[in-house]
Amino acid sequence: MSENILDIPTPPPIAVIDYGHGNLGSILNMLKKIGSPAKLISDPKELSDTRKMILPGVGAFDSGMAALEDRGFATAIRERIRLGADLLGICLGMQMLGESSEEGSRSGLGLVQGRCRRFPAFGDKRLKIPHMGWTSVEVNPGSPLFENMHAPPRFYFVHSYYMECDRPNNVAAKASYGLPYAAAVQADNIYGVQFHPEKSHQFGMTLLRNFSGLNR
Amino acid sequence: MSVRVIPCLLLRNGGLVKSVGFKDHRYIGDPINAVRIFNDKEVDELVFLDIAARPTGLGPNFDLLADIASEAFMPFAYGGGIRDFADVRRLYSLGVEKVILNTIAHEDPDLVARSAELAGSSGVVVSMDVKRSRFGRYNVVTRCGTRELAEDPVAYSARMEARGAGEIILNSINQDGTMEGYDLELVRRVSEAVTVPVVALGGAGSVQHLNEAVRAGASAVAAGSMFVFHGRHRAILITYPDREQLNGVGQ
Repeated sequence: MSENILDIPTPPPIAVIDYGHGNLGSILNMLKKIGSPAKLISDPKELSDTRKMILPGVGAFDSGMAALEDRGFATAIRERIRLGADLLGICLGMQMLGESSEEGSRSGLGLVQGRCRRFPAFGDKRLKIPHMGWTSVEVNPGSPLFENMHAPPRFYFVHSYYMECDRPNNVAAKASYGLPYAAAVQADNIYGVQFHPEKSHQFGMTLLRNFSGLNR
Repeated sequence: MSVRVIPCLLLRNGGLVKSVGFKDHRYIGDPINAVRIFNDKEVDELVFLDIAARPTGLGPNFDLLADIASEAFMPFAYGGGIRDFADVRRLYSLGVEKVILNTIAHEDPDLVARSAELAGSSGVVVSMDVKRSRFGRYNVVTRCGTRELAEDPVAYSARMEARGAGEIILNSINQDGTMEGYDLELVRRVSEAVTVPVVALGGAGSVQHLNEAVRAGASAVAAGSMFVFHGRHRAILITYPDREQLNGVGQ
């Protein structure tokens, strides 16, 4: 029987945007683990009914932005957001939410006011670049992505650039690596995390559950 | 930031094994079960090396790796029997964060560069097995410890960094499985020669050993026996230090 006999509404699948620049396997694996339906989307037309989108990303800023624009995702994502859909950018996906990056010359999506800067060479040689490893974050109270976390959350980061927000109230969580920076951002229905929730054990699972609405 | 402490697990024909000096492999258990235990213990990262993938000519066991990836909610690196760029692509698409290139990095260094182009340097690890001669001379060894190259690990690791390796796993064959501590002189030399993180491997038996490697310059520490054996008689037990102990590593 394929009917939903318990009459529990199944949430519509989260659209995981496949533009050739992300480690999609890990994200799909964790969404499956937390019981959130997900769908890989490689054609922007398929975003038309989407309520929630994840924008993953690894690699360089310009090549990521070029891929989003060339495939028509930049326009489609903006349009969905205007209509109220939620977006979660992960790692490079968060950096592309901003206006620009020192890593490249292209404009970002411009959904969050801010730009990405490269970590400077630190005097402490142990602070290598990229910042790779587990770091605790300081959550700004009232940030919905970080609800239901019962210990100080720590996440797995891999990045050489960090976002500098124009508006302090867009910073949802702070981290520190040689200098303080935005570990997570939020502007209304637009969310971004610099770390990898899909690789961050219980804290990552809780965060993705929060985003997918499973905790409500 | 805390220092990454990484269990390094050896796969052979679908099972987990542990070696001493790259020999005397002992069966440890089922890899999926181990991943679930390491999930519960919230390990920083996991490394899997398939030591049979190359000698048997079968290449990576993609079905098993897909199963491991679907259970691994921490960063997960894989090495062993990677033949070409198609293998690298397939590993990333399964959800492997980092591919580990060892013999193939020596035989086809372009693969290091191409993989780094695809996933960024942080997704490409070059693993280097090193043998110390009786006279204290270090040599890089490929093919699961069977082919000794006339290569100094310092020059070799610098070359791999230049090719695009984002991280170096530095494995001492002499110390492997001894649980007597890392080869600190080797860790020191290689860490000084490269700017990318060096992951020390081979010989750890205690948190004290982890500390020593960090003090010698390692950015992260990996171990096998320490996380799968317990006690003097080496009973099989998957363990991982608690968070409080780990936070002290390298501090």
